[in-house]
Amino acid sequence: MTTRLDKRFSRLKAEGRAAFVTFITAGDPDAELSFSVLKGLPGAGADVIELGMPFTDPMADGPAIQASSQRALRSGATMLKTLELVRRFRETDNETPIVLMGYYNPIYHMGVETFLTRACEAGVDGLIVVDLPPEEDDELCVPALKAGLNFIRLATPTTDDKRLPAVLANTSGFVYYVSITGITGSASPEARNVAESVARIKRHTSLPVAVGFGIKTPEQAADIARAADGAVVGSAIVDAIAREIDANGAIKSGAAERVLAFVRSLADGVHHARAAAAE
Amino acid sequence: MSAAKANSLRSGPDERGRFGIFGGRFVAETLMPLVLDLEKAYSDAKADPAFQAEIDFMQRDYVGRPSPLYLAERLTEHFDGAKVYLKRDELNHTGSHKINNCLGQILLARRMGKTRIIAETGAGQHGVATATVCARFGLPCVIYMGTTDIERQKPNVFRMKLLGAEVIPVTSGTGTLKDAMNEALRDWVTNVESTYYLIGTVAGPHPYPAMVRDFQSVIGQETRQQMMEREGRLPDSVVACIGGGSNAMGLFHPFLDEPSVKIYGVEAAGRGIETGEHCASLKGGAPGVLHGNRTYLLQDDDGQIKDGHSISAGLDYPGIGPEHAWLHESGRAEYVSATDREALDAFQLCSRLEGIIPALEPAHALAFVSKIAPKLPKDHLMVMNMCGRGDKDVFAVADHLGVTL
Repeated sequence: MTTRLDKRFSRLKAEGRAAFVTFITAGDPDAELSFSVLKGLPGAGADVIELGMPFTDPMADGPAIQASSQRALRSGATMLKTLELVRRFRETDNETPIVLMGYYNPIYHMGVETFLTRACEAGVDGLIVVDLPPEEDDELCVPALKAGLNFIRLATPTTDDKRLPAVLANTSGFVYYVSITGITGSASPEARNVAESVARIKRHTSLPVAVGFGIKTPEQAADIARAADGAVVGSAIVDAIAREIDANGAIKSGAAERVLAFVRSLADGVHHARAAAAE
Repeated sequence: MSAAKANSLRSGPDERGRFGIFGGRFVAETLMPLVLDLEKAYSDAKADPAFQAEIDFMQRDYVGRPSPLYLAERLTEHFDGAKVYLKRDELNHTGSHKINNCLGQILLARRMGKTRIIAETGAGQHGVATATVCARFGLPCVIYMGTTDIERQKPNVFRMKLLGAEVIPVTSGTGTLKDAMNEALRDWVTNVESTYYLIGTVAGPHPYPAMVRDFQSVIGQETRQQMMEREGRLPDSVVACIGGGSNAMGLFHPFLDEPSVKIYGVEAAGRGIETGEHCASLKGGAPGVLHGNRTYLLQDDDGQIKDGHSISAGLDYPGIGPEHAWLHESGRAEYVSATDREALDAFQLCSRLEGIIPALEPAHALAFVSKIAPKLPKDHLMVMNMCGRGDKDVFAVADHLGVTL
């Protein structure tokens, strides 16, 4: 079946540009601002949205996303509220793909079948679950594919050619290449190394390859967009959200507009990358 | 599976690292190749007699094994019931059972050509043991420790520094063991080439739970042999405290296939299980996935991990080793609990009657012994693992007793 992700990536391919993939944490810093940002992302140039499912113990995440999870949980975020954000988003946008990203325990605790039913009903398109490697595919990956969701796998610098086929076997939608060994929001990747790695992955799959971890500026986003089918920015956007909270913990007025303006600047980097390169 | 194997409780985990539904390898892709490498390296080492010989030599001359099996006469008299033996693992070099595992893993890390060691610690016993073997083998050592634990375990923090380790305070979460483990995992995922993650308990992704258990099983093997020499038969019951559960697994494992031996694991009930402020993952938790394995976890209705509470930093972990989760569900072992207060009482009782100041962790095990030993016949042979000594806890205990030092 053709999913929103498939449609989006084939359209972008036809247009000859890379996808701008944005990450925010659901419910950060509260449900309302989070929804305003989420709703505004497509207008600010996001082609694909990754929505973080808050978790108390985000082991693969750096300080920025850890803090965003904590802000969300403090303001009462839950799995059901995350799905509710998606449902509200879908009332006005039936095209922008939404991928839920997070850790397995809250899904497992809800029950895999219940979660998949609710995610499909809410309008979720895909899942990235950091702590489910292919060795644990029968837990969630296989049931999710059956339910019609894409299951996007992370490939990393430690995923060698021998292991890549196993990692790619049940991957769909796109491949998320983690450009560094490390946690989110840390060191920035070298564009040249990224291009080589993307080429290596593409020898094993026809899926689009998006690259993330460590992309912080429009220039870096543009570099990655020239080397890959998509550039993922998370920590930098989450940091922009954090800057909208004042010393007393209150949200500043005009927060969503400023966050979205920053997103727009990154999107311009991605969208003009190839045009600029062609000049 | 062969008939003989089907009857054994000691053949786990399976090839996916599962004990029943528990265990597994729930880690990020970056770590997965490392976990597979480790599994292979460990299985090669296990088959190499030279590796075991090296462990045996160091266990004897460096750690001081075997540790004695000591008949606690005055406790036995006091309880007026079961004959209580203490397995004296607190006499090990570094003061706890943690060194058994660290020794095995550091020798493995060397075989694998790793040049940097990281570890998490709660009470600081595992941190001290790790820093010790790193000093002995000349490897740089980074210990992650929650800020709350740093505060309540100052002597061990200083010990680690004396041994040349770098202690990195972890402020995320509540600054206890689980947060230290998160931070160690973040380090490992960043420094994949050089670094060996020396996990301190029978938890984490496969092969850690099985590997740490194997290195700790020396406790149960010695106990078995010593009891046979002393009493000519197996013990009737074995008792150990449980945070992650490594000392307990080490004591229990050699007895799993002996149905006559009752097995008791004692979790920390903190201020009481009914208060919600405890670390009893089996009694007060539910199955979930954290730190690379499926096991019982303290968590809320949304699957968010809850912070535990215990007077003992070493038991302050919201999970438990997956093999314990399996032994619990299968009914082979019985899991009980003791409160902060009960542990404090046992701590003082043991100090006064036996001249042994126990760590607060085994004081929980002793608290349970003090509940059941009086009800048992005099020919009942009970072994409790005295897995650590209490020097590190005297300041904290004084504080709880309202004494200013």
